[in-house]
Amino acid sequence: MASIAVKPIIAAEADAAPPSAARPTGPGRCFHCGEPCVGTRFAREDKRFCCQGCLTVHELLKESGLGQFYELSQHPGVRVRGKAGREKWAFLDDPVLQRELLDFSDGGVNRVTFQIPSMHCVACVWLLENLFRLHPGIGESRVNFPRREVSVTYIPGRIALGELAALLSSIGYEPRLSLEALGKAAAPASTHRKQWLQVGVAGFAFGNIMLLSVPAYLGLDSFSGPVFRTLFGWLNLALALPVLIYSASDYWKSAWLAVRQRIVTLDVPIALGLAALYGQSAFEILTGRGEGYLDSLSGLVFFLLCGRVFQQKTHERIAFDRDYRSFFPLSVTRQAAAGEAVVPISQLEVGDILILRQGEIIPADATLVRGAGQIDYSFVTGESRPVSREPGDHLYAGGRQIGATIEIQIVKPVSQSYLASLWAHEAFRKHRSESLDTLTNRYSRRFTWLVIAIALAAAGYWLTEGNPARGIKAFASVLIVACPCALALAAPFTFGTAQRLLARAQVFLKNALVLERLARVRTIVFDKTGTLTTPRSEAVSFHPLADEDSVPPDRSARAADPTAGAQNFAGSPSGLTAGQQAMVWRLCRQSTHPVSVQIAESLAPAPAAAPVRDYREIPGAGLCGTIGNHRVHLGSRQWLEGLGMPVPPLPAAAGTPAILAIDGRVLGAFLVRGILRPDTQRLIRDLSQRHDLALLSGDSERERAQFEQLFGRAGHLRFHQSPLDKLGFIRRLQDGGQVVMMVGDGLNDAGALKQSDVGVAVVERIGAFSPASDVILPGSRVPHLGAILRLARQATRIVRLSFGISALYNAVGISIAAAGILSPLICAVLMPVSSVSVVLFACGMTAWAARRSGLPQLERGPQNQDESCP
Amino acid sequence: MSVIILLIAVSLTLALGFLAAFVWAVRHGQYEDTCTPAMRILSDDQNPGKTPSPSQPSNQAKP
Repeated sequence: MASIAVKPIIAAEADAAPPSAARPTGPGRCFHCGEPCVGTRFAREDKRFCCQGCLTVHELLKESGLGQFYELSQHPGVRVRGKAGREKWAFLDDPVLQRELLDFSDGGVNRVTFQIPSMHCVACVWLLENLFRLHPGIGESRVNFPRREVSVTYIPGRIALGELAALLSSIGYEPRLSLEALGKAAAPASTHRKQWLQVGVAGFAFGNIMLLSVPAYLGLDSFSGPVFRTLFGWLNLALALPVLIYSASDYWKSAWLAVRQRIVTLDVPIALGLAALYGQSAFEILTGRGEGYLDSLSGLVFFLLCGRVFQQKTHERIAFDRDYRSFFPLSVTRQAAAGEAVVPISQLEVGDILILRQGEIIPADATLVRGAGQIDYSFVTGESRPVSREPGDHLYAGGRQIGATIEIQIVKPVSQSYLASLWAHEAFRKHRSESLDTLTNRYSRRFTWLVIAIALAAAGYWLTEGNPARGIKAFASVLIVACPCALALAAPFTFGTAQRLLARAQVFLKNALVLERLARVRTIVFDKTGTLTTPRSEAVSFHPLADEDSVPPDRSARAADPTAGAQNFAGSPSGLTAGQQAMVWRLCRQSTHPVSVQIAESLAPAPAAAPVRDYREIPGAGLCGTIGNHRVHLGSRQWLEGLGMPVPPLPAAAGTPAILAIDGRVLGAFLVRGILRPDTQRLIRDLSQRHDLALLSGDSERERAQFEQLFGRAGHLRFHQSPLDKLGFIRRLQDGGQVVMMVGDGLNDAGALKQSDVGVAVVERIGAFSPASDVILPGSRVPHLGAILRLARQATRIVRLSFGISALYNAVGISIAAAGILSPLICAVLMPVSSVSVVLFACGMTAWAARRSGLPQLERGPQNQDESCP
Repeated sequence: MSVIILLIAVSLTLALGFLAAFVWAVRHGQYEDTCTPAMRILSDDQNPGKTPSPSQPSNQAKP
């Protein structure tokens, strides 16, 4: 299965280990989590483990009789990273916080729902539902896998909430607690349930009314007398009443709303038809003239509701409307007179001193008090290079400390930080006037007026012919038969099918209407970092500088071609011996600076190399350490020259150089630069045939040349773009009448994503943080954007064709009705035939279009298991 | 022919019973998560004697 690169690790953002595409299996792998392990330091019987954490969890599970965990899938565990200490979760014992977090509490028993992103397979579900065996204070636990949630019942007297969270994280399932989790305890399940109930009631009535109507069609009267006809008629009227009042209630409401706003939506002719159907039927049955059209009425409502359920397939696991609060942690470490304490963010006050460890987020605008700040602002600005900050410097909320531990002092409350104020900008709160100007509504406007005109004309004709009874019947019949069932079903089933097929290819749409807008997109705006370039695997190349030949020809040729992207030279950078590589790997593994991480990832792991002594990392300069009896320096030119190691000129190539010196001798330079996703070139060429393209980046211009070549002369390239610049750019395009699609990731694109007609958020992990958007796309699917747009255009074409088919049926039905000879039997046949044929056509054609569009075909099955175990 | 009336009464009662069952199921969240139960069934319980109940403390507890 072509799944995206997913690795179930906890706190993936803060983790510096190399990302592996799939969880490999086999010997040399940890029995618990499947990570490669070295040596037999952590071994029990014949099983090997990568770390003490995994071993501890394994033993705990075995002791508690949970050994079955390992039978459910191979290496099902999650590596325990960092300290899962009790202190870390102590803040959860705060009663004020608990009130907002708990789903339920009666003093004796509490229930809490945790989000657990690392849950990924059947074995996880099993283990999390068997938590009660690990602690006597835990009762039932239920997993909702699509939402990655577990609801745990516990006795607060026996286990504290913090203890429960610590227990979960100690076995590798660290709960994700963000600011957003507060105060949303009530699940929005009621609309969902109401829909099911409405369909159920309509289906029940439909089946029974059909049953009771068949005798009338077959002429039961001839040998049973009129008793049954009256009885069945009354029963039908009674059965249809809940359909009319309860199941169809949404149609009445929205039709009324439309009439009040003096617009015509599709719901208006539907409501008109329903009223005509029930009115005519009641009249016929009460006066004993006929059997009415109640089977058509209930069938119509049932089919319409089925279409709605089909279309409103929501991806519950994926939140499309997130804001910065879901990005913030729930707690931070505060320095107080009594020592360090973990406190909820909501209790922070101006003047508090916070301790930020590596990988932690700055929760509020603050001043750096102590330590060397290396702040990664990529979520706020899009610039991927971290910035150095000195004590006394101002820090903005949303940045992430990636160096050593620092202390900061808060200068503004959390809710008034730069980031929060950015979010409060009116553009971020813009709401599109959704759903009124849809394809269906444009057609139904013409349709409705036409039907009313025909109905009036038919009635007028029979009146002038001197047959007023027939005139009234014709008027009602036209409204009945023209009830736009097929019209109403075309769009839901076409877009619903397309949405479903896209979800199977891991492209998630907020709702089906997004497809209509996708089909109209003229201009596509890309963000650079994380969208066109991959965020993690930046290309690393090594340029040896020592002695005679400075640059091997093949490597310089590659460096000159920016789109080729010098690939990672796994294990064999020319010019370095295996021993030297091992030393560089060792040294780089000590640091969390992105450049070091990239270099370490590009090298073959050499865990056998001697450990690093005297390790020092000078922020903004470089690293040094002693490995074996060699002194290794890796860093900037200025730093090495300052240390008395002259550096010869480097070959001109894009990227950040890191110069390597061993024992005082400069050997060469590593160049690290962003690489394009595979197939980006083809994607741009493909898209530029139909669309205008633009690139907006928060980064500096260091890679301008590369992108100029990629986008050609027609493309707009803009660098140094702030979030507001991006938003303004999109708005200017829209003012020029363009339908704009924005493709981006991160908070810095959030405004532009919201402003654009279609905002596409690119994520590396489905379910990971993404800003509010219309489409969520995993990074690996970015090259398929062309196919997605093609499918959207095909889908709108299919909807139009379906309208044509339904118009055909209507022409037949209306001409019969206008003649005044419509019978319940004709109606009962025509209505389902037209609906079913349109539904089949819509679904079939869309599936065919999707197959031809070139989207990757994923295997059938629950789409949310794509990131499951091997 | 009165047997037909009886039959109709019985069949309608039965159908109403099913509708009531459906309403109950929807109200109790049976349609909320249709994915996890499919996974839950894959792991059969080896010691069915133990039921998750907070009032039955397990001796093998080890936090």
